[in-house]
Amino acid sequence: MKINEITQLLNAKIICGHEYIDHPIKHGFASDLMSDVLTIDTDCILLITGLCNLQTIRTAEMADIQCILFVRDKKASPEMIAIAEENHMVLMECSFSLFNAVGILYQSGLKPVY
Amino acid sequence: MEFKYDIEGGNFTKAGNASSSIKKILKQLSVEPKIVKRIVVALYEAEVNVVAHAFNGVIIATIDTQKIHIKIEDNGPGIPDIDLAMTAGYSTASAAVREMGFGAGMGLPNMKRNADNLTVSSIVGKGTIVELTTNLN
Repeated sequence: MKINEITQLLNAKIICGHEYIDHPIKHGFASDLMSDVLTIDTDCILLITGLCNLQTIRTAEMADIQCILFVRDKKASPEMIAIAEENHMVLMECSFSLFNAVGILYQSGLKPVY
Repeated sequence: MEFKYDIEGGNFTKAGNASSSIKKILKQLSVEPKIVKRIVVALYEAEVNVVAHAFNGVIIATIDTQKIHIKIEDNGPGIPDIDLAMTAGYSTASAAVREMGFGAGMGLPNMKRNADNLTVSSIVGKGTIVELTTNLN
């Protein structure tokens, strides 16, 4: 699934990283607990989370995650966007709940990590 | 090569700055990405622990051609029972730490999983020293 398709499925807004919208995403991982995110070894994943702070971005940076979808209408701060841009990440925001966003993506073919 | 970083306890806006810097250094040294990830995940958990629990701390990373050794030393409350702290799920983290997405008792287990060697020593009322060593090849 391409990042572009994810934005269409969820009516999501791309906050930064517009140049990477053709990049493929194979797996999704949904969590608000960053220590759990740090246990994931899979490449090319989308992090789906309602946790919207600097540590979300730092966690993605350490875990080599290039794409984050914020649910529940959470808004990334300018500091978060700056670090995301520095690390060539894509940040997206959508209005769906975590459960709903994950359901739509799963039904559309995004694979779970485990 | 030696790199030193100061860590401010309680300041979550800066948590991860040292780990980010070391990640960039390791990438510049062309260390394999999977090894870089293991090193920085362990270090980041350690850095967040200092911010979450201690007054302040210092990270000293020593890199040679074979390995990286990282010493994380803090001034803080210390750990009364290290075996208990190593147990997955055990946590003394505050609500503020949990709001940051941590504090679920996975920091030390995650460090152990991602470092070739982990040692933890602590004096209650004084502080904690965590040492992480990982081979670069």
